[in-house]
Amino acid sequence: MNYFKFAYRNLKKKGIRSYLTLLGICIGILAIVSLITLGNGLKAAVSSQFGVSSTELISVQASGGNFGPPGTDTVNPLTFSDVEEIKKLSSVREAVGRMIVSGKLEFNNKVVFGYAMNIPEGDDRDFVYNQIEAKAISGRLLEDGDSGKVFLGYNFYADKVGIGKPILPGNTVKIQDKSFEVVGILEKKGSFIMDNLVFMNEKELQSLFNNGDELNLIAVLPTDKENMDKTKEDVERLLRGIRGVKVGSEDFTVSTPEASLAQINSILNAIQIFVILVASISIFIGAIGIINTMTTSVLERKKEIGIMKAIGATNNQIFMQFFVESGILGLIGGGIGIFLGIIIGYFGVVGINNFIGGDMLPKINFFLIFFSLLGSFLIGALAGILPAMKAAKQNPVDALRG
Amino acid sequence: MKKQEDSEKMIIHLRNVAKYYEMGENIVRAVDDISIDIKRGDFVAVMGPSGSGKSTAMNLIGSLDMPTKGHIFLGEEDISLLDESELAQIRGKNIGFIFQQFNLIPTLTVFENVVLPMTLQGVPQYEREEKAEKILHRLDLWERRNHYPNQISGGQQQRVAIARALANDPEVILADEPTGNLDTKTGLRVMDFLTDLNKEGRTIVFVTHSPELAKKYAHTIYWLKDGKIEKITKERKKE
Repeated sequence: MNYFKFAYRNLKKKGIRSYLTLLGICIGILAIVSLITLGNGLKAAVSSQFGVSSTELISVQASGGNFGPPGTDTVNPLTFSDVEEIKKLSSVREAVGRMIVSGKLEFNNKVVFGYAMNIPEGDDRDFVYNQIEAKAISGRLLEDGDSGKVFLGYNFYADKVGIGKPILPGNTVKIQDKSFEVVGILEKKGSFIMDNLVFMNEKELQSLFNNGDELNLIAVLPTDKENMDKTKEDVERLLRGIRGVKVGSEDFTVSTPEASLAQINSILNAIQIFVILVASISIFIGAIGIINTMTTSVLERKKEIGIMKAIGATNNQIFMQFFVESGILGLIGGGIGIFLGIIIGYFGVVGINNFIGGDMLPKINFFLIFFSLLGSFLIGALAGILPAMKAAKQNPVDALRG
Repeated sequence: MKKQEDSEKMIIHLRNVAKYYEMGENIVRAVDDISIDIKRGDFVAVMGPSGSGKSTAMNLIGSLDMPTKGHIFLGEEDISLLDESELAQIRGKNIGFIFQQFNLIPTLTVFENVVLPMTLQGVPQYEREEKAEKILHRLDLWERRNHYPNQISGGQQQRVAIARALANDPEVILADEPTGNLDTKTGLRVMDFLTDLNKEGRTIVFVTHSPELAKKYAHTIYWLKDGKIEKITKERKKE
């Protein structure tokens, strides 16, 4: 028989009560869908940031092991002599020291704080340009022998750093109160780190920031990309020797991009698990609401159950009627939740990307939609089992009496 | 030999049936050791004042209720041995119910109410809709097919109930005070309709507290009092 039509009529008749019952499931599913969409968007955004800093490079950092940028007052910093030693390893094709320092930039009478990165000289310069696939969208990149010059990330050009005016090649900016000529703009990388960076020749950066020989990071290109772990082990062994530390008590970290990505993913996964936990509680409460509504419904429709039985409905048919009705309650709640959740998730991802300057579009996850719908139907139906059993077990004579 | 012939003609047979209810510490004997034989094609009235057990008897005849003692046969089958779902199937196929309160499903239209018993029996959609249309035309309700029960009069509702009772072509129609909620004229129309159905060969059993109604329409009257059968009378009808 057409349980669905029946269920629909009954739910419609109950009006506002049905909708209130839907709320719990709706909020739970909304939370799950929006946060999973958001989480996936975030993951994609973070991965894309990573992608720019190249997936071929192994990074070496002094411990404290702060990922990426600065403030790194490490006890025993890495230096250029470490870079030279690493270069000598047979499993290393190239290594370059990276300094990323924070400072202020002044233009158009406005001051913004941000990061500057060193560009080394000679072959190393080509290596760095290669790795970041540097191409000027306007003007040119830095060359050996340039002094008093910088080139900037895309966001300075696109007026996304809060200065209120695009910075163009030829403009003069003040960095740490010293004037620099902007020679060019790096094309858009879609990474908020890269797009907000100021690029300076290494020597100038060292003297401007009094940075000495300290490096924030050494980027290492392995000879054999398929064998990154071998390179990683070699670098670790070498640095242990130089720094005189034992296995297990290293004051530096060598990380392959996969490992770093995996670490970030595991953090994001943990967040998602927490979200799912919270959403589950809301869904659980929603399910209790459905049980409550359906139990009331069975009492109210006792007479109807009696009539149905008198005209030949089996216990199973009565059970199915209430079971399906309960499932549909869940399904409608879930459906509304999915709809709102996707909207929230979508705009959330767009928002995050605007904020960090990425351009990842959120993906509509049909797998997620399908399973959320299925799940909300099942939750509703499960919540309906006890009331439906109660309905089915009514004695027809008692039920007819109403 | 004679007994066997009788049982062939018998459609519902209650043998020494009793139904007791527990009310706190007391046991209420709603019906106590009654035997009722309903022959195929008969027009039976179950008469009695309120509290005489006539409604309980009706529920037992219609297999809505199970006896505390005794056996109930539908045709050859002892239905007191069946479970709830088997009983439901038997009710749906063989018995059409008409109630004093009409008892239509309020969320379904007239048409859907008539289709419902066939749906419950798994009759294919085309067939059940065709059948419902035929029955509704016969009961002069086709114009009302898309109305909901609360949009039509009591007499019309009772006719919808009759239409629903006829949906699965049952051999027996059980009517519990079918005219109880209707004015005299409408009530008589309903009874006339039951008479027509009886003339087609259907077995009609109705419960009433009105001796006039029972005498006017029934061929066999069971007079109940205090849960027991007081007497059985046969009425001769002019054909």
